[in-house]
Formats: sequence, C-alpha cells, structure tokens
Amino acid sequence: MKAKFLIPLALFGVLVVFLAAGLRLDPHEVPSPLVNKPAPAFKVPQLEQPGLQFAAEDLKGKVWLFNVWASWCVACRQEHPVLMQFARQQMIPIIGLDYKDQRKDAMGVLQRSGNPYDVIAFDGDGRVGIDYGVYGVPESYLIDKAGVIRYKHIGPITTEALEKTIIPLINELKKS
Amino acid sequence: MKIIYALMLALLACGGAMAKEAPQLAEDPVVEQRLIVISEEMRCLVCQNESLAGSRSDLANDLRRELRTLIKQGKTDAEIREFMVSRYGDFVLYRPPVKPSTWLLWAGPFGLMILGVVALFVYLRRRSTDVGTDVLTDDERKRAEAMLQEGEK
Repeated sequence: MKAKFLIPLALFGVLVVFLAAGLRLDPHEVPSPLVNKPAPAFKVPQLEQPGLQFAAEDLKGKVWLFNVWASWCVACRQEHPVLMQFARQQMIPIIGLDYKDQRKDAMGVLQRSGNPYDVIAFDGDGRVGIDYGVYGVPESYLIDKAGVIRYKHIGPITTEALEKTIIPLINELKKS
Repeated sequence: MKIIYALMLALLACGGAMAKEAPQLAEDPVVEQRLIVISEEMRCLVCQNESLAGSRSDLANDLRRELRTLIKQGKTDAEIREFMVSRYGDFVLYRPPVKPSTWLLWAGPFGLMILGVVALFVYLRRRSTDVGTDVLTDDERKRAEAMLQEGEK
C-alpha cells in the first residue's frame, strides 16, 4: 500500500529526466541527411576572381573544409578568428561559400579582418546553399578524399569543436 | 499645407523604395495552388513553428522559388518531397514517414490512451465492487432510520 504514494514521485522523476534531456538538445541543430553522402556537385564563379570557376570536383583526392558564410552574418564574425587560426596550421584547404551576399560587402569583410580561405565560391542566389541543406549561416562541412561529406557543423566553429571533433576527424580521414 | 503634403509624399516614396522587393507573384494560379498545398505540409527551418507556406524568411522565399520551378517542371508531389527531405531530412515534413525511428512518435499517443482507458476500467470495476459489498446490517438500518426521524422533527 505504501508503494502507491511513490507513484507521483516516480512520475515526477520521469518528467525531470525528459526535461533535462530536452534542455540539452538544441532545436536549431537539425541533423543533416547529407552526412555520409556524396557532396552535391556545383560549379560557380569565385568571389575574388569572378572570371574563374570553382567546382566541388576540383578537390577530389583531398580532405577539405567547406565553410558557408556571408558578410551579413553576425555569428560568422565570431567564427572568423577561429578559422584564421585554423588556416595558419595549413592542415587542409578551407573553401568558403559566400552565401546570398554582395561581392562588394564580402570583399570588404575579408580586407578588414583577413581571409582564412584558399578559394571562395560565390553563391549570390543561394542555390548551392539549398543543395547543401544550408538553413542558417555559418555552417561547415568536412569532405573526404572521395568527395563524401563526413561531418557537418552547424553554427560557428568554436576552438573546442575544432580541437575535440574536427581535427581528430581530419587526421583520421587523411589516413584513409 | 501643400509643403506638408509634398513632404509626406516624398517620405512615402522613400519608404517604398527602401522596402524589400515584393515576393514574386503568381503568374500561374495552378502552380501557386499546388505550391501552397505542398508547402503547408513543410516546416520552415528558420522559424521552426511556421510552415514553409506561411514563413516570410529569406530561406523560405528561396525554397518556394525552388519548389515553383520543380512544379513547373512537372515533378510529382513525392519527387518534390524527396527534394526537400534529401536536403533537410524528415524534419521538414510535418507528417514524418512511419518507420522504426518514428514508431514511438506515431503510436505513443494511442498507447497512452489505451493505458488510460485500461486504468479507468480497472478503477471503476474496483469501485463498483467496493460499493456492492457495503450492505447495512439490520441493527445499523434501525439506527439510521432513528436518526433520520429525529432530523425530521
């Protein structure tokens, strides 16, 4: 009979567990179905030299980081120094995708705060972004030698994410 | 007075010029009708509580443009859904497909309802048997009648 009084307490416990788990999840981090799928092909003009094209196939055989950014994106400014520091290590090519932006504005940002990218593809109308399932900049993709997306980072890359997740994965992917 | 009017007009004109360009209007009502039906069933990824049909976000505008193109190309509803799911996952669908990872989602509410109904029946049955066994003895009945008579006086 005593056990009956414990039922509400048990229910409360279940509720707390669900709440705690729910608070840990970020509803804005939607898992991408593109992970472990071939990176969508595209060919667009470059930002700095509009006469030249950049295609995803150009980097076949290399592990590379594909970072979607824009001059109007506030969180990208937070991410920028982390990318600059990562670029200095020269581990892998960093390719930018300037998403729904004006060339002039994007160039201004790079001149003011530096350019961590090896090449920047220009996606003025956001078509490439749609193929990559971009829904909020910044987003980054780690693409392996075979051109398969192996990891997607949503939101600004932090030093912690870089050191704990991205760099170990790069080392692993480089070996294969 | 005229100057004020002129100023107001000028202000209005500025406002109009500064406002964002109007979203592309339907040139084909049939396409637009299908677009609405399809995009009402999809979630906008930027404002997650809005449907793709209702959202004013930039991404929703772009996606509606893409869907419009697909509709004009004569793609079926299933193909258009596939276009969205392959990019954003099942999350974009307000009605996710029934598969092992969504069984709990689909069956959960019915399971809880069945549980509730069973609990209700058990409770009601137990209560009716409790009530049934409580019959007054002759002695108790006399006392009760005496009390009632006293109350009437």
